[in-house]
Amino acid sequence: MQELFLGNEAVARGLWEAGCRFVSSYPGTPSTEITEYAAQYAEIDAEWAPNEKVAFEAAHGACIAGARAFCGQKHVGLNVAADPLFTASYTGVNAGLVVAVADDPGMHSSQNEQDSRHYARATKIMMLEPADSRECLEYTKLAFELSEQFDTPVLLRLSTRISHSRSLAEPGAREERALKEYHKNPRKYVMMPAMAKERHALVEQRILAQREWAETCGLNRAEYFDQTIGVICSGINYQYAREALGEGASYLKLGCVYPLPERLLKEFCARCDVVYVAEDLDDYIEQHCKALGLAVRGKDVFPLLGEFSQNLIKKAILGEEPPHPVAALQPPPRPPVLCPGCPHRGLFYALKRLDVYVSGDIGCYTLGSLPPLGMLDTCVCMGASVSGLHGRNKANPENARKSVAVLGDSTFIHSGITGLINIAYNRSNSVVIILDNSITGMTGHQQNPTTGKTLKGDPAAAVSLEALCAAVGIGHVAVVDPYDMKAAEEAIKAALAAGEPSVVISRRPCALLKHVKHNPPLRVNEACTGCKSCMRIGCPAVSMKAGEGRAKAAIDPTQCVGCGLCAQMCRFGSIE
Amino acid sequence: MEQVSIMIVGVGGQGTLLASRLLGAALLSSGCGYDVKVSEVHGMSQRGGSVVTYVKFGERVASPIIDLGEADVILAFEQLEAARWLPYLKPEGKVIVNTQRIDPMPVITGAAEYPQGIVEHLRAAGVAVQAIDALALAMESGSAKAVNVVLLGALAKQLLRSSELADATGVSPGIPRGTWEEAVRSTVKPQFAEMNLKAFALGWAA
Ligand SMILES: Cc1ncc(C[n+]2csc(CCOP(=O)(O)OP(=O)(O)O)c2C)c(N)n1
Repeated sequence: MQELFLGNEAVARGLWEAGCRFVSSYPGTPSTEITEYAAQYAEIDAEWAPNEKVAFEAAHGACIAGARAFCGQKHVGLNVAADPLFTASYTGVNAGLVVAVADDPGMHSSQNEQDSRHYARATKIMMLEPADSRECLEYTKLAFELSEQFDTPVLLRLSTRISHSRSLAEPGAREERALKEYHKNPRKYVMMPAMAKERHALVEQRILAQREWAETCGLNRAEYFDQTIGVICSGINYQYAREALGEGASYLKLGCVYPLPERLLKEFCARCDVVYVAEDLDDYIEQHCKALGLAVRGKDVFPLLGEFSQNLIKKAILGEEPPHPVAALQPPPRPPVLCPGCPHRGLFYALKRLDVYVSGDIGCYTLGSLPPLGMLDTCVCMGASVSGLHGRNKANPENARKSVAVLGDSTFIHSGITGLINIAYNRSNSVVIILDNSITGMTGHQQNPTTGKTLKGDPAAAVSLEALCAAVGIGHVAVVDPYDMKAAEEAIKAALAAGEPSVVISRRPCALLKHVKHNPPLRVNEACTGCKSCMRIGCPAVSMKAGEGRAKAAIDPTQCVGCGLCAQMCRFGSIE
Repeated sequence: MEQVSIMIVGVGGQGTLLASRLLGAALLSSGCGYDVKVSEVHGMSQRGGSVVTYVKFGERVASPIIDLGEADVILAFEQLEAARWLPYLKPEGKVIVNTQRIDPMPVITGAAEYPQGIVEHLRAAGVAVQAIDALALAMESGSAKAVNVVLLGALAKQLLRSSELADATGVSPGIPRGTWEEAVRSTVKPQFAEMNLKAFALGWAA
């Protein structure tokens, strides 16, 4: 029976059916749900690792021990896991190892638009790319077979629209697999120069064999209709092209994007009059075709930026644009905002009052960079707030008195801690603020090593942030409740004045957590003068409502969780 | 390609995802043998931003997303979002809009104004609009959170009514009320089933 599967859910189903036993990942949109769904299967030991490097290494270790294993991440997560990935290409596997990487063309939830296909080529690891949930399930299972057949990790490339679309797939049964035996084999698993040289030679041979396989595997298939136009595509772009051109074009749909099937590419180009490579992000396939001497069109008509769509392809190839209605008004934008009751808000307002430089990081709190708070100076990648602040304060020690770093609990564990060790070791009088909301918020509430719970919901050891900071050599550690803005401001002021490496832990659970009890919604009384002070914290539940005379503040009772920050802003006692 | 395209638009946190999930479930259990694709956006924009979900069904659906000028129906959970996504409507498409107003941050901070008379503007642009006070109906059913199910009820009725839609697309989207109610019952938590069924009924009758 066919069922509707989210792409990520179908990958998880594929893991289970393939007999996968161990999953280790770090969350990241749009990849997160793979691991969450995998955790729902009793036969899979699934866990959140502190970061992607740890996750990959754990999965690799499990596969060497003989268990089929998986690790999944978003595109930038693979940068973090890249170090072991390159060398795991040399060691190969014992039981199968599959690594999913989810790109985000259009940057729905990411800080860059990198194209992960380059990793396949750079690491010489084969890469499959499914185009719907059915293929997510099938390719995941196949990837384990290929991993064992060719003695290599296998990359599964996803993208936002594949991961987060539901389409039909047919679930099957699990193929239970015993642990494969481990045989000590330093020439395969101990990568020092003498052994790695041998392994590198094997990797190059492996690619040749895979190239042959790619020609005939059935994952790469030509669909011939009208041959005046040919389109080479993979993943979601195949669906866009099919919808845009129907049977008015022929398609070479690539299910394996590394290594590419050269004979198939040549044959397809020979049989179609004009051939387009429809790929979002980089000209990865196009460059390959051109290197083969094939006269394809690509980035001369398609953009390098953003995600594609059926209309975009129609316009690029046929020059057609569809008719559509247009409203006579320009709706103002609706950017994402910190939620009502978000503990980060109080902390950011305290920073605003102190008028400091804020070395920012990635998480819900990145939204503190938007008006009216407007508090971040930088945001690069996870952990960079801490290390970047150290550099800033080294460049000019004067900066230290008016600069802080902010990052969340999950981000701190992911890669903030190494930066903090650097601050203590190479001594800069930096002030690091950990926004501890007891959860990994931005990606939709994942447990992490500070929360005391595992992915499967079992109790776990919880990192004590205070003790950890003290242990790496931070002398000044303070804990504040960000719902008390005055206290938060004082604590940060004291840290800035301390003249030593300092940490302020701003602690209050995310207001969206199920177990967090909300206060009754606040109300505005007659004392309101319409001064708009309460508007400065940027809470979506607070607005100005026109009435008789001056507009007065109003609080939306369906949104307000009674955190009381707006009341702290009011000098007239009009919010209660 | 013969297919029906429905866009569900709103503000992160309003429950658009549940609505699209229910719609997908109802389509699948309708026994019509449709190909169905539902495209969601998770992550960043769920934090109070503008969100959109696409639901498409028909004999064969390739792309999971809906592009400019392609939606048969836009189900808008909020007025401003109806205006924002209007260009995605087919010229002969229909908009079902919740008259609820949720100010976006630029309006809250005073950097922009919330446009007045959105529904009238849509009508003036020649668009078929059904305006519903879904928040009031949700309250009537017992919880402000049921706005999504109220709107789903209105959409379900609309799909059943749309013989024009069937003519235009060649796909008959009529799903009997019972199928929808079953989808609601099997998707929401048991203790909220009655409340949600009431919300669905109020939307259906709106
Ligand atoms: C290398 C990398 N991995 C994963 C992500 C996805 N991601 C963005 S923010 C975030 C976690 C934020 O959690 P936390 O630091 O606890 O802050 P919160 O969102 O709860 O405020 C993650 C996992 C990323 N951007 N980069």
